[in-house]
Amino acid sequence: MTLFGLEITLDLILYTGAFGLIVIGAAGIVLAHHLFRVILALAIAEAGANLLLVLSGYRWDAIAPILSGSESAAPMVDPVPQAMVLTAIVIGVGVQALAVGLAMQVKKTYGTLDMSAIRQRLEADIAGTAGIATTGSQDAPLGERPLPPADAVPVTPGSSAR
Amino acid sequence: MRNLASLLFAGGLGFLLMVFGLQFDFGNAPMLVGQAIQSAAPEQVGAANIVTAVVLGYRGIDTLGELAILFAASTAVGLILGHRHTSTKPDPDSGLILRAGGELLMPLLLVVGLYIILHGHLTPGGGFQGGVILAAAFFIPVLARPSTPLKHTGMMLIEGFSGAAFILIGLAALYSGGEFLQPLLDKGTLGNLVSAGTLPLLYLAVGLKVGAELAGLLAHLAAAEVSES
Repeated sequence: MTLFGLEITLDLILYTGAFGLIVIGAAGIVLAHHLFRVILALAIAEAGANLLLVLSGYRWDAIAPILSGSESAAPMVDPVPQAMVLTAIVIGVGVQALAVGLAMQVKKTYGTLDMSAIRQRLEADIAGTAGIATTGSQDAPLGERPLPPADAVPVTPGSSAR
Repeated sequence: MRNLASLLFAGGLGFLLMVFGLQFDFGNAPMLVGQAIQSAAPEQVGAANIVTAVVLGYRGIDTLGELAILFAASTAVGLILGHRHTSTKPDPDSGLILRAGGELLMPLLLVVGLYIILHGHLTPGGGFQGGVILAAAFFIPVLARPSTPLKHTGMMLIEGFSGAAFILIGLAALYSGGEFLQPLLDKGTLGNLVSAGTLPLLYLAVGLKVGAELAGLLAHLAAAEVSES
């Protein structure tokens, strides 16, 4: 079967799936504006990585790595990546649970899961704790573009770090 | 602008992965370690499931680290979310169908989970997979009846004792002159339920620990959700 002049084979489909999941997850992590969607994107990227790991041990002519007793001469797929994926899945569950717990605490404290709102509140909190004036955020800079007027920016040490 | 940069990043990552992927010879994995393990595992470990032999026999200390990470994660979730305030009212119990279904499912899930744990050295499955099913068995009644939450002390006891059992079996191997977590006892005949030495015991400990830990984790998340509203 060919599509756009490209022959569709099993390995192409599997690799496209694994890479696609990783890329979708990475794009979701950097693009999403909602904290819960970031966690979901992380889970998707992880699924892609696990699929890629399992694929790296695949063999065309082999069976699952379980001895049935009768014939042990049949070739088997690599058991080492499968054991590693087992580890990775369990650790992934732990990471996701921790992330969800942290997100719940963020929601309780700030009342929102929107990333830009959280960033603003965080920066205000940090500046308030440090006792410095809050500078304008990246999304809404103080004063006019391209340069704020000199008297509009409070010149305090530490605030010009951005 | 930020979105454009993000899309560029994602496209670049995809291109990089594709270039690396083309280097692989799909379906002909070299299997340098895997080949050696496959020929040595039946005599050295005696487990029919070679993945189990790798997880518990050859990489046992890795599995211990994995359990430690899971323990750290569940402890951290408990620490972050804290205890439920007793003043907040839990959700009301769900309807008859959900309650009866939960009560019917619990023994079935327990049997399936223990079966998968105890046959981990023979068939696909094992302590982690069965442990998750055990966690579901204990968490489904909580979903059906939120007013009767899980007993955290019992969960902690199971978790602590099974974790200690895992380490004690490893130390016993060390004491008898082997390496840490080296399989002990008689190998038995390949494919029997009682075979592969201490591997089924190790997987039982792993399964109970994972089950108790995940059930506690889910109960923590559910309780925090209740106290928030």
